[in-house]
Amino acid sequence: MDSVVVHLHGAVSLLGRFPALAGVDLDVAPGEVLLVQGPNGAGKTTLLRACAGLVPIVDGEASVLGHDMRKDRRSVRRHLALLGHAAGLYDDLTVADNLRFVARSTRHVAAPPVDDVLARLGLAGRLASVPVSRLSAGQRRRVAVASLLLRPAKLWLLDEPHAGLDADGRERLDTLIVEAARAGTTVVMASHELERARPLATRIVTMAGGQIHADTHAEVVGVA
Amino acid sequence: MLRDAAVMAGKDLRIELRSRVATNQVAPFAVLVLILFAFALDPDRGVLARAAAGLFWVAVLFCALLAIQRAFAVEASDGARDNLRLSGLDPAAIFLGKAGAIAGELALLEVILGAGVVILYDRSLHGPVLLVVTCVLATIGLAASGTVYGALAAGLRVRETLLPLLLLPVVAPVLLAATRASEAALGGTTGDGWPWVRLLGVFAVIYVAFGVVAFAPLLEESS
Amino acid sequence: MRSGIGTRILGTAAVASLALLAVMALVITPQDVNQLDAVRFLYIHVPLATLMYVAFGVTAIASALYLWPRYRARKWDLLAGSSAEIGVVVTGLVLVTGSIWGRTTWGVYWTWDARLTTTAVLFVLFLGYLALRRVGGDVDARAKRNAIAALAATIDLPIVHKSVEWWRTLHQKSSILDEETFLHPHIHGSMYWTVMLGIGAFLLLFSWLLVNRYRLAKLEDRVEDEGLERAIAERRAEADAMTGAP
Repeated sequence: MDSVVVHLHGAVSLLGRFPALAGVDLDVAPGEVLLVQGPNGAGKTTLLRACAGLVPIVDGEASVLGHDMRKDRRSVRRHLALLGHAAGLYDDLTVADNLRFVARSTRHVAAPPVDDVLARLGLAGRLASVPVSRLSAGQRRRVAVASLLLRPAKLWLLDEPHAGLDADGRERLDTLIVEAARAGTTVVMASHELERARPLATRIVTMAGGQIHADTHAEVVGVA
Repeated sequence: MLRDAAVMAGKDLRIELRSRVATNQVAPFAVLVLILFAFALDPDRGVLARAAAGLFWVAVLFCALLAIQRAFAVEASDGARDNLRLSGLDPAAIFLGKAGAIAGELALLEVILGAGVVILYDRSLHGPVLLVVTCVLATIGLAASGTVYGALAAGLRVRETLLPLLLLPVVAPVLLAATRASEAALGGTTGDGWPWVRLLGVFAVIYVAFGVVAFAPLLEESS
Repeated sequence: MRSGIGTRILGTAAVASLALLAVMALVITPQDVNQLDAVRFLYIHVPLATLMYVAFGVTAIASALYLWPRYRARKWDLLAGSSAEIGVVVTGLVLVTGSIWGRTTWGVYWTWDARLTTTAVLFVLFLGYLALRRVGGDVDARAKRNAIAALAATIDLPIVHKSVEWWRTLHQKSSILDEETFLHPHIHGSMYWTVMLGIGAFLLLFSWLLVNRYRLAKLEDRVEDEGLERAIAERRAEADAMTGAP
């Protein structure tokens, strides 16, 4: 395993002509739970997407899980998991169908069975056979979180993970994050829900104007 | 890679199974088109029967447009494309899977249209081997080129109007060749039809190859 | 911004050769035995048809170069677009001159001749490509999409040509109009050279138009690029305004 999971130096990323990332310097060590906070429009979402290889980085140095993101941003994708704003589910398929598609397309050998994952997110039983179009936004979010568990867990990129979840969903999510961190997953999380997210983090950075600013360490409090 | 393609195609077909768009909307549309042709061309004067092969394939083209639009509308939900890119599925496999599912739906529609032509236009079927081979190759060509252009136009706000403009001129040779081959089959002169089948084969091979190669950059091009 | 000396020479050469062509075509060359003066359409129709394929070819090659990682550069996308714009106009003119020619000689505006039909399909392919180019979005994504669309159309063109040609030759037996001599009158001597001159003159014109259109496209592009430095600076300034937020 490389010494650094994410290495960014002077990274610039454009959305159209707009520099969403205007020179980001960031190093994330293995096993860290990094919280990225900052105002709307600061570039947090683009940062996560750039680390996932979905958005090209056009200047500076960038490497994720040992892959040089300037040269090839595709091969790293199957080794990480991104929880984005939108769940990206197929409306006509049921919850279980959607998760099975994730499982089959990801081909993660050590993935837990879909039924286990459904149970962990409180989606088992009747809910599993409901077409996604009939779910509430919060329930869809749970399905999206569930799909995280079906992917390799070296790096988790979470964009506002708590948004839309009810209290029970949040509890479950926190538990998952803590367990993942204990098992060695590196987690980079962008969040506005600071009371919720701060206790989970080992390190906090602030982002504004497309760059990373303040950097503080925090003790892990953890969820019982 | 074939396994990945099967996963992709399976997903698309399962979506079709649950939403039944092809059976409930496109198939009736197909029959409607045949009926409209009859209104336009006056069945009594025998024009309809003579033009049956051509009208069949024009109707297939219209259905193909709908099927392709639908196939990509399914992926249009926010984040679906990202998920496909993150999944680690080989883009070539995604292409083959999508095209395969479209081809399957088209095949079903062709059977329905074929029955429609026999019944409504009073044409009986001859030269079955030639007809079947023509349909298979034409369908593969339409599905492959349609998937390429569908992906090109997907995610664009003007998708609905742009796709026909981009795709139809490109598949004009398929219409031409399939009609000529079908006419040869129905008219009993199957020998004339086989050269056109070769052309259909060339078209299909070229666009399947192009799709396999071009799909990776196509998938990337949006955020 | 003034044209370079090379461009101006090109422009002058184009005008001069076109003038010479006009003289040759309208005055000096003889009438055709069948078509009389109408044969003079030949001198624009054939060069325009050649130009159409050249423009298409430039678009195709530029698109391929854009997609080739080693040579990727935005200029290829700009060149492809410039060539296509000129190409679509040329193709339209081919159709119009072909149509008028047909009307004056045979009394019909359109024959489903193989070449004319292929040209019509090519026209629509060009139009579709240009429509696609106009759609907005991220610049690099757009360029890649344009290039793939151009290549997808290019591989189609030979198939279109072959199928239409085959189709029409099968019909030739039942055709009353002798389409062959209509579009291929017996060319000899001065007529032949005039056609060659025509092709040359129009190629010069095309090159001149292409250079200028391309330069215009590059300038438009540069205006947007220069905004980028400023945008990055403004973006960073946001941070100063916001620092200290909880």
